[in-house]
Amino acid sequence: MSSSHLGAEARAGRAMVAPALTAILLFFALPALASLVLSFTDFDIYALANLNNLRFIGFDNYQRLVTNPLFWQAMGNTMWFVVFGVPLVVVLSLAAALLINARTLRWRAVWRVALFAPFVTTLVATAVVWNYLLHTRYGLINYGLGLVGVAPVDWLGNPSTALFAILIFVAWKSFGYNMIIFLAALQAVPRDLEDAARVDGANAWMRFRHVTLPAIAPTVLLVAILTVAGMFQLFAEPYVMTQGGPARSTVTVLYFMFEEGFKWWNLGSGSAVAFILFLCILAVTLVQLKVAKRVGAI
Amino acid sequence: MIRRNALTGFAALVALLVLMPLIWMVSVSFMAPGEAAAFPPPLFPNHPTLDNYRTLFGSYGVGRYVVNSIIVSSLATLLALLFVVPAGFAFAKLRFKGRDAIFQILVAALVIPGQIGMLPLFLELKAMGLVNSYAGALVPWLAGIFGIFLVRQFCLSIPTELLEAARIDGASEGLILRRIVLPTLKPILITLALFVFLGSWNDFMWPLIVLADQNLYTLPVALAALSREHVQDNELMMAGSVITVVPVLILFLALQRHYLDGLLAGSVKG
Repeated sequence: MSSSHLGAEARAGRAMVAPALTAILLFFALPALASLVLSFTDFDIYALANLNNLRFIGFDNYQRLVTNPLFWQAMGNTMWFVVFGVPLVVVLSLAAALLINARTLRWRAVWRVALFAPFVTTLVATAVVWNYLLHTRYGLINYGLGLVGVAPVDWLGNPSTALFAILIFVAWKSFGYNMIIFLAALQAVPRDLEDAARVDGANAWMRFRHVTLPAIAPTVLLVAILTVAGMFQLFAEPYVMTQGGPARSTVTVLYFMFEEGFKWWNLGSGSAVAFILFLCILAVTLVQLKVAKRVGAI
Repeated sequence: MIRRNALTGFAALVALLVLMPLIWMVSVSFMAPGEAAAFPPPLFPNHPTLDNYRTLFGSYGVGRYVVNSIIVSSLATLLALLFVVPAGFAFAKLRFKGRDAIFQILVAALVIPGQIGMLPLFLELKAMGLVNSYAGALVPWLAGIFGIFLVRQFCLSIPTELLEAARIDGASEGLILRRIVLPTLKPILITLALFVFLGSWNDFMWPLIVLADQNLYTLPVALAALSREHVQDNELMMAGSVITVVPVLILFLALQRHYLDGLLAGSVKG
């Protein structure tokens, strides 16, 4: 091939990536970097009006955040979602995948789509629906619980149940996505391996524990990482269902950032929250990868 | 045989339970105002009515929000494809300096959630005069790293000899992309279009931030605002939820194979 030909190819290649790279640089990379810079300034409503009011204040925003109990409450709530939500979603989606993957199940494709459907629905709309499902007096959920003798629960009005109620909604909304990923992994587990275990007299639990689970361990890790990232990014759920209440018991880190930035116009402090959030996601992901390597999952 | 039926019956029960909120949403949307606020909660409307839908379109101007959502999602899809497809092809098949290094940086950047830069992005768009416009709501969809990744993955399977043959015949790279590559990309283009359309239709946080003018609200933003004012109007809000959810559900059901295949290509290989 001639060198001029290669030159033309390179020119065309650069021209084709240029628009996308420009957009990524302008609307993704630059804002992400600016977030770090902004977090060291006192950018507020006065700076918004006149940039001369902007000052670099070092780590002041971070210092103020770590002494702010409201910030720690938001961090605590988000960590609560990670600690309880990730195992819940992983177990639910794996159980759903095992059910759909069962050899004797009929109309598999129908159930697969049905269980996946909540994931594609509009979050805001289904959050509104769940608000009414969780209604203390007229909600279907309390009605169902009443049938088995449970007294009505004020799900979203009580600080000790509001987080849990939101988590149930989040799990309902998101488990289908992970179920699809688990299904793909389960279909790659060789059937004869399981058959051999069956012949050796292993029961269903033993076959799952010693044959299936080791084979899909990397997928469990993948799903856990994806779910952790998802739990750190909860925003619309508390925004629509509880507006952060009652008594700020459902304020997540992202909700806190939104309030700092667009309610109080403390963009410097909000950027510091964003950066802490990013560091948390990164740290948890790295820890998970490390643990997975140690136990030999990847 | 009995085992088989029992398992299928159990799956049907689970599916019914999972779909219950959506079924209930549709059912209540046809109830008369106040009908759902009763104990025990009614499952089906006594006299099905379209009144809630009439009220939403007549008194609350929901038609406007439907149009906004359609405009934003269609443009986001079109622009995302225009930006992402050539880039994905070039990263897979065209040799230029720095290509692999740039691509590696992009893949690493996938771990950075978009929300990290939302506050500065708002300031940036404010400076560009794009806050409070459709353009402002569209901007994040132009920077779709995931889409580039997806298209590149698919392009890698196109035989290079095919492209070489066209080059020897004197075809330009742009012509090769249009005439040879695009037709083979059709399945992944449908997947990508579906992802962007559903993603931008369902998106909430960014349009909430960037669209302050009520006339520009997309459906989720309008619905969230309405639900704060109409906490008691159960039936009305269910109709609003139906209007918001049904278009994406239909799109998904019609193109589910493309959606699920793309989801796996993105997450498992990624």
